[in-house]
Order: sequence, then structure tokens, then C-alpha cells
Amino acid sequence: MGLLKTFVLGGIHPPENKLSANSPVRILEIPPQVVVPMGQNLGAPSKPVVKRGDKVKTGQLIAQASGFISSDVHSPVSGTILKIDSVMDMSGYRRPAFIIKVEGDEWMENIDRSETLITDINLNPEEIIAKVKEAGIVGMGGATFPTHVKLMISPGKKADYLIINGVECEPYLTADHQLMLEKGPEIIVGTKILMKALNVKQAVIGIENNKPDAIELMSALAVREEGITVQPLQVKYPQGGEKQLIKAITNREVPSGKLPVEVGCVVQNVGTAFAVYEAVTKNKPLIERVVTVTGKALKNPSNLKVRIGTPIKNLVEMAGGMPDDTGKIIGGGPMMGKALATLDVPVVKGTSGILIMRDEASHRLAEGPCIRCSKCTQVCPMGLEPFLLSRLARIGNYSSAEQEKVMDCIECGSCQYTCPANIPLLDYLRLGKSKVGAMIRGRTKK
Amino acid sequence: MNILTISGSPHLHGDNSTKKIMYGVVVALLPAMFIAIWYFGLGALQVIVLSVVFCLFFEWVIQKYLVKGPVTITDGSAMVTGILLAFNVPSNLPWWMVIIGALAAIGIGKMSFGGLGKNIFNPALVSRVFLLVSFPVAMTSWPKPSPVTKTLVDTITGPTPLGFIKEGLGAGKSLAELSQHLPSYAQQLMGQMGGSLGEVSALALILGGIFMLWKKIITWEIPVSVLVTVFVFSGILWWINPQHYTDPFFNLLSGGVMLGAIFMATDMVTSPMTRNGQLLFGFGIGLITMLIRVWGAYPEGVSFAILLMNAVVPLINNSFKPKRFGSARVAVMGK
Repeated sequence: MGLLKTFVLGGIHPPENKLSANSPVRILEIPPQVVVPMGQNLGAPSKPVVKRGDKVKTGQLIAQASGFISSDVHSPVSGTILKIDSVMDMSGYRRPAFIIKVEGDEWMENIDRSETLITDINLNPEEIIAKVKEAGIVGMGGATFPTHVKLMISPGKKADYLIINGVECEPYLTADHQLMLEKGPEIIVGTKILMKALNVKQAVIGIENNKPDAIELMSALAVREEGITVQPLQVKYPQGGEKQLIKAITNREVPSGKLPVEVGCVVQNVGTAFAVYEAVTKNKPLIERVVTVTGKALKNPSNLKVRIGTPIKNLVEMAGGMPDDTGKIIGGGPMMGKALATLDVPVVKGTSGILIMRDEASHRLAEGPCIRCSKCTQVCPMGLEPFLLSRLARIGNYSSAEQEKVMDCIECGSCQYTCPANIPLLDYLRLGKSKVGAMIRGRTKK
Repeated sequence: MNILTISGSPHLHGDNSTKKIMYGVVVALLPAMFIAIWYFGLGALQVIVLSVVFCLFFEWVIQKYLVKGPVTITDGSAMVTGILLAFNVPSNLPWWMVIIGALAAIGIGKMSFGGLGKNIFNPALVSRVFLLVSFPVAMTSWPKPSPVTKTLVDTITGPTPLGFIKEGLGAGKSLAELSQHLPSYAQQLMGQMGGSLGEVSALALILGGIFMLWKKIITWEIPVSVLVTVFVFSGILWWINPQHYTDPFFNLLSGGVMLGAIFMATDMVTSPMTRNGQLLFGFGIGLITMLIRVWGAYPEGVSFAILLMNAVVPLINNSFKPKRFGSARVAVMGK
């Protein structure tokens, strides 16, 4: 095998630790009560359309998009709305959510629950986008950007490539991998639907070389389809980042501060492609997803199919229960996920994994002085100088941080991972980004 | 269950650490250290031990009693400075001069700037130049290497090949005449010639350099650009007038070029952060070295060259930025 494609600038190779690889997706029992946050997407939170005491069915619309970048929320269970209250979500903040008491599992009549593969799509792009919007689909890789918005190409722009992200470059996570193995044909149909919606002729499914079975299976399915190819990629983090993936596959570089469509590309996660398939062919809204529950001390690392709103406590139970020496619980992967304060937060549309870390691995090491080794600069996939940006943020020189392109940071954490002095570079980069972001917003207001 | 830790991502850390880097450099210095002791005997060992012990001691004293901050002498950086300082002086340097050198390296070169990571100049070279200016005779009397002698202090001293040539040319002798008394390339590679105790064996130093490249402690840019510049510059002069200028291989193998290019110029703290910056930095060191060697007052100029280039590193860092992702002005729309 020759040299595989990958992105050029920077990148790291953390231990993969895909403990739950090849563990088939198991279905988690519906809990007696679910908590469904209204803001599960990037952008504006949704507005409730049901009230306390209302009976809802599985798949029924309970909150509507409120603004352009926003998405609908559906009830993942059937039952009664106990109350609408502020509940702590994965961010650690209390946000409005529905608390629903589960009664049976009665689905909306228009949803096709059969497993039959439907391949004929007789909808036009507008109808597809409307269906995706109605299903409340968001980017399932974790960014949760409303998918229908991504499918609406702004006037004057044109997409010629659809890229399906099956990279799953985060260590530990295997949900996308397993989904490709089990729902390959559906993902291919989902890809075709997305191609039609975007009016593009070519789609490339990018998969890293550490998933040879998925590459083989998806390639075998893709050869039967016109315009769909599978691109095996060299394993390198953060290849699942949109800009890195586009660079790896097409060698195009999204300009600083611009969206992928600027270079004619739209990227969708494999999980999103599957959700789009279910929405368009089965009328099924996004009410469940595959979540990897993993960790070195966990008895039974698993891939679980769970209803949105299920407390992560139940997921951890299913994977063998919380180990005694747990020191950290992470929502998402170890590189970009969020540390959680409690197991009582619900699974949301963007939850790709739950990672349980041992206490000994949960703490940061003591910070030393920067020895100017430039490792952070070498690994930065955006060509930034994290040592400089973190220092600028630390001393509050935000205008220089802006000039040095702090807003280009994708928060992949490669710099901090590689820093020999254990400097919390990304903490300071985030501080810089938020301050510079506020500065920019202040300027545009005037 | 333990109390859960909350911290920002990433939640993983690679196995790289300042300590690993520093002790990696120490390991890389071992071959040259072995050669030094082999050729210069116990004198070399004495200088190395004294230098390391007193570098650690002065760092400890300053951190504990002057700065009153955390003591970090186990991080390996003072040990590296100690070994490099020893490598940069003659093996028969009096013990008290070595101690003064250690104080100059740690006290002036490192701690006065704020300690590890904050110094502008390479501490070992600051000290070497300090000693050279303070004790010019002791710093330029080089014991002759002899693998047999194991006495503490060698009595037979002689000039370095570079000093020999410079003095000879100054006295009006021809290069052909002088060359007969120079060590062969093989002797130079092994280190059988006069010089600072750690700089003599090009082979041992290159071995250490390969180790550091393999361990990703250094990158190729600085050593290669220094060596290429020295080679090309001296090659051009030699090509113009081989009767008056030494050949490029001689220039690479003699003096402190190898030690400087591989171990001194690559000091992370005092070298540029980006590839292009590092290439310019290496070019500058090679150029200044050759200017001093050919037209300067001293026979050797590596230390001065590195210190001068250290001084412009902040400027280089400001002018040479990494290639930003997405900085190309024209977005490429494929067909």
C-alpha cells in the first residue's frame, strides 16, 4: 500500500484505545423518565410547542426551531410532559428542558418503523431539505450544527463535493465505526439523498485506516453507486475536523474565517447521513442515536443505541457500572469532550460517547515553564503558534491575539497534548477566542 | 467514588516532558563524553563532574535562597548546561575556573533572566565567552590528546588545528607547509586533536545528533543549515585560493562547529520557533563563524556566532510565522 492521504499541517497520533471496536450496537431500554433539553443544536434554542401535562407520542414535535440556525426537537418517548424546567446539561449550565414521564412506547403513525431498506428517492432538493429540517437533524459528530442549514447553499456559491465523515479520529470512540458496519447500505442511501439535496455529482466517504473492515464494506457498497467513492486515510488526529478532512481528501484549503462551501465542499458525519436516511425514507425524526460508552476501567465498553434524554447513568450501568476509581467522566471523546460533574445529565443529539477515566489519569500534571520547544507550533493543524497565543491571552493582549489568528483555532487540543511543560495552552486559547469574539461582535454592532 | 475532576479538554496528554527532553540530551552527549575521557583522561572527567555539580549547586542556591521559589534542579536542564559548559573548555582548566564558569552559566546566563525558558542566550556559551575573556591563557592552552595518559593533568599542551593555521598564516608560512602538521580527517572524526574537551570528535557528536533527531528532541533545520553554510562558505574560499584557505571538510571537522551546530545552536530556549526562522538562524551562525575564522581576531568563532544569533531570535520569531492554514488568497475551485 502506498502513502495514504492525510492533511498536511501538524497533527498528532494519540493512542487509539478503541476498546469498544467491533462490539455490536445494543439497544438500551427506555428509562422511566427522560430529560430533553430544548437547545440541542448550535445556534438558538428551540421554542416549546407542548405544555405541562400534555400527552406526547414518540416522534412528536415538542419544540420548534426559533430562528435560522436552530432546529426542531421531538419527543423521544411516549408519555406525559411532567414539567418544563431548567436542568443541568453537559455544559454544566442549567438550561430549559422537558421532563417527560414515559408511558409505553407509542410512536407517531406516520413513522415507518420497519427495517426495510428503501432506496428510491422521489423528492426534489427542497423537499429533502424540508424533511431534514422537520426531523430536527443536527451534525452528529458533536458540533450539532443544524443539518438543513448546511444543505442550503447560499446564492452565488456552489458545492461540487459532498464529504461523508467516517474518520472518527477521537481516541476511544467507535460509534461511527460500528454504525458503518451495521448500517452501511442505509448510510449509502443517506449519502445519495444528501448528494441530491446539494445537487453534487461526487461524494467521498473518508475513513481512517484503523477501520479496515469499514473501509472494505463501504467500498463494496460504494462501487455500485455512481459518484460515491471511499477514501482510506492515514490515521492522524484531528482528521475529523472539517477543514482537515477537506484538505486530506480534496487538497483544498478552506480560507481563514470561511465555510467549507467556499471551496465547494459540504461535510456531513456518517451518523448524520444515517439520520437523514431515516428522516427522508421513514419519516423518523432524530430521537435516538448510537453512543460509545467506554473507558479502561469499565467492565464492558459498548456501543449503545439510546433514546435522546436518557440519563447517562443508565448507559454506564449497561456498560458494567461505574468503576470504583473513576476520576473523570467525559461527554464526547478525550481530546475535545467535556468533563461532566454528574451522571444525571441526559444524552443529547450531539453525544457521541461517554468516557470514564481512572482517577490517576484524570488530573493534569504540574505546569512548568515554556522551554520554547515549538512542539505546539509543529502539531497545530491550523498553522498557529499556541505558545504565543496563550501568552497573549494570559497578559490580556487580545488585539495581538486577533492578528495572530486566534479565531482560526479549532480547539482540537493537539498543542496541549504535546506540550512537554504541561501548559494548559487550550484553556488560554479559549479565553483568547471568547474575548476576541466579543471584540469582533462589538465592532460589527457599531 | 472519588470526587470527579472537571477540566477543559484535552483530557489526554502525550508522554513528552521537559525532563525527558533534558535527559534525552544528556544521553545524546554520552558518546562525546566517552571520547573526551578517552583522549583527555581524568582531567576531562574532573572538569565534567565539577561543572555539572556546581551548575546544579548554583541553581539550587539561587532558587532556594535568592528567588525563594520552587527548586527545579531535577528537571535536567542544569545538568545539560553543566555538561555543555565542560564540553566548551579545555580539559586542563583549573578547578576554580570551572566553578566560576558554572556560576556564570547558571547565575548570569540563566537565572538572571528568570530561569529555564526565559534566557535569551545559551547559558553554557555565555559562560564560555566569560571565561575566555577573563582567563585567555588558560582557556586557550589545549592538552594534546593521548589515549594512553591517564594522569590527572596533562602537561603537554598545543594549539588547536584552527589556532595553528591562523598563527602560522599570520607568521607568513604557507598552508601547504602547515598542513603537514595537521591531524588527518580520520583523526579529526575520532577526535584525536587539540580542542575543548567535548568538541573534538565529530563522529561522537553526530551520533548524539542522530539520537536526538530520532527522539524528536531536535529537528534537522538548525544543524544542517549551520553545517551547509560553513561547508559552502569555506568551499568557495578554498576554490578561489586553495593556497591560502583551508578546505571545507577541515572547516567542518575542526573547532566547535559540530558541537555548536548539533548541541549548542539547537538549544530550544534560545533558537527560533519556525522552520524558516531556524534555517535563517543556522545560516547566520555558519556565516558569522566563517567570517570570524577567516577575518576575525580569534581562530574560532562558533560561540560568538551562536550568541549573536541568539540575540536576534525574537526578531526572527516575529518575522517568520508558520504557514497558516487557509492563508492562500485564492480559493481553489476544482473542476
